[in-house]
Amino acid sequence: MLDKTEPPPLLDVRGVTLRYKTRDHLVTATYRVDFSVRQSDRFILLGPSGCGKSTLLKSVGGYMAPTEGEIMLKGMRITRPGPDRMMVFQEFDQLLPWKTVRQNVVFALETSGKQRGRAADEKAMQYIEKVHLTRFADAYPHTLSGGMKQRVAIARGMAMEPDILLMDEPFAALDALTRRRMQDELLGLWEETRFTVLFVTHSIPEAVKIGNRILLMTPHPGQVKAELNSLDASAHPTEVAILEQRIHDMLFADRVEEEEIV
Amino acid sequence: MTCSSPTGWRKKKLSETLPRPEILREISGEEEFGIVEKELTVFERLYNLGWVRKTALLIVLAVVWETYARYLDNQLLVPTLTDTFQAWLGGMRSGVLPARILASLQVLAIGFTTGVVLAGIVTVLAITTRIGTDFLETMTAMLNPLPAIALLPLALIWFGLGLGSLVFVLVHSVLWAVALNTHAGFRSVSNTLRMVGRNYGLSGLGLVFKILIPAAFPSILSGLKIGWAFAWRTLIAAELVFGVSSGKGGLGWYIFESKNELDIPEVFAGLLTIIMIGLLVENVIFRTIENRTVRRWGMQT
Repeated sequence: MLDKTEPPPLLDVRGVTLRYKTRDHLVTATYRVDFSVRQSDRFILLGPSGCGKSTLLKSVGGYMAPTEGEIMLKGMRITRPGPDRMMVFQEFDQLLPWKTVRQNVVFALETSGKQRGRAADEKAMQYIEKVHLTRFADAYPHTLSGGMKQRVAIARGMAMEPDILLMDEPFAALDALTRRRMQDELLGLWEETRFTVLFVTHSIPEAVKIGNRILLMTPHPGQVKAELNSLDASAHPTEVAILEQRIHDMLFADRVEEEEIV
Repeated sequence: MTCSSPTGWRKKKLSETLPRPEILREISGEEEFGIVEKELTVFERLYNLGWVRKTALLIVLAVVWETYARYLDNQLLVPTLTDTFQAWLGGMRSGVLPARILASLQVLAIGFTTGVVLAGIVTVLAITTRIGTDFLETMTAMLNPLPAIALLPLALIWFGLGLGSLVFVLVHSVLWAVALNTHAGFRSVSNTLRMVGRNYGLSGLGLVFKILIPAAFPSILSGLKIGWAFAWRTLIAAELVFGVSSGKGGLGWYIFESKNELDIPEVFAGLLTIIMIGLLVENVIFRTIENRTVRRWGMQT
């Protein structure tokens, strides 16, 4: 994490402008955004709603082509969605309701052609165990709580062993207690496997807790305000508070806002 | 556990990393509910079963029928339930009724299957192309309100007296209802699920078969149920209108024939058979499919 050498970026976002049309408007979601993510980064896109961070993530996912600039993954231009960039969405309905927990993970592995049959099943169970859902492997998603569903989605994303895991406010719809627990678990999983994750959030404490690198974005249109290093888990609470306050001032200096305490 | 300042919260966080038991308690809560359920009385549990309640209703209706028929005592107007059952048993034993049932079901199977397949094709066109959507919307708007039976005179001219005409009206009665429901189902599939499918590299027909069809299955199933009911009614009505087709009459023909011979218990036996087949399909076949799919998946309660 404190590696001083310069590895080549895994994901390179260069001058990306994103525009989309609504019924009567042409909306510029982001304007000339640059950043690069290295291997094993926990890279956070942080900003208030309307700063285009989710749109940016969808674009990295390949769901939306930039109108300007380019997004490169391992030196290859991203043109469409693919299993090398697994998405974890905020919505609980991202699991296929007609498949059990295990089948959901296996289906992802088999459909994308990563693994088949017994190998897929073993891999799926291995990652389901990592998120502590072995007991619920044969349960259907509708019988699970929101937090468990998100854990399945994370297990599914990780089992695919993508180059980068894209998480779009995955804990935003969870209650505060579950959310804290999920943050801890995500960090635990990262310690184990050192995956690369691009994580969108609008919560400053979440960004500081989860990320090692934080991209601050301002809204209308989304532009990069700053790119900061976060603190590691051993940081003193005062340092954390100072960093959170600093980010807060940079983002919301001119507005009264009601950031929830998480 | 007050979180007055971020600093205070973080101190708590580092000293005790275990708010976890609370979540586990949530899960054991479900098991407790399971125990509560066991404490229901036998009657309550029976009453919770849909088929028990419905059977009870049927028995009540049967008693009312029998009482009224005995009171009226006119077999030409309303035969008693026992007479009807005797006529039904007689028909079944003589082999007339089974032959009629078989004839009807054969035509129904051909018409229903053709209609569903066509509906599938139309719907896939409708979700893949814009002109397909327009076609489906226009055609359903025009043809869905048109009773299939109204097309029968035309069908008789086009296809003659026989299987062709019956299948034509059946297809008409099934196609639009199923296509409309399936299309509505496809459109209501959440964008997240579509994105999940595309994330696995699915597109085109792969996305349709692996994501859209299962995700839209509740709508598809209700479309099939409506289509089946339309088809069954249309078939019986069509058989009543032009009776026998190529020497093998169906249930509608059986009723028509019995009425001409003033054998009213047999008319009732025919009606009863139609109802029983309807109930069987609705409550056994479709219910089983529902229980194994949409209910188990929690997509329908």
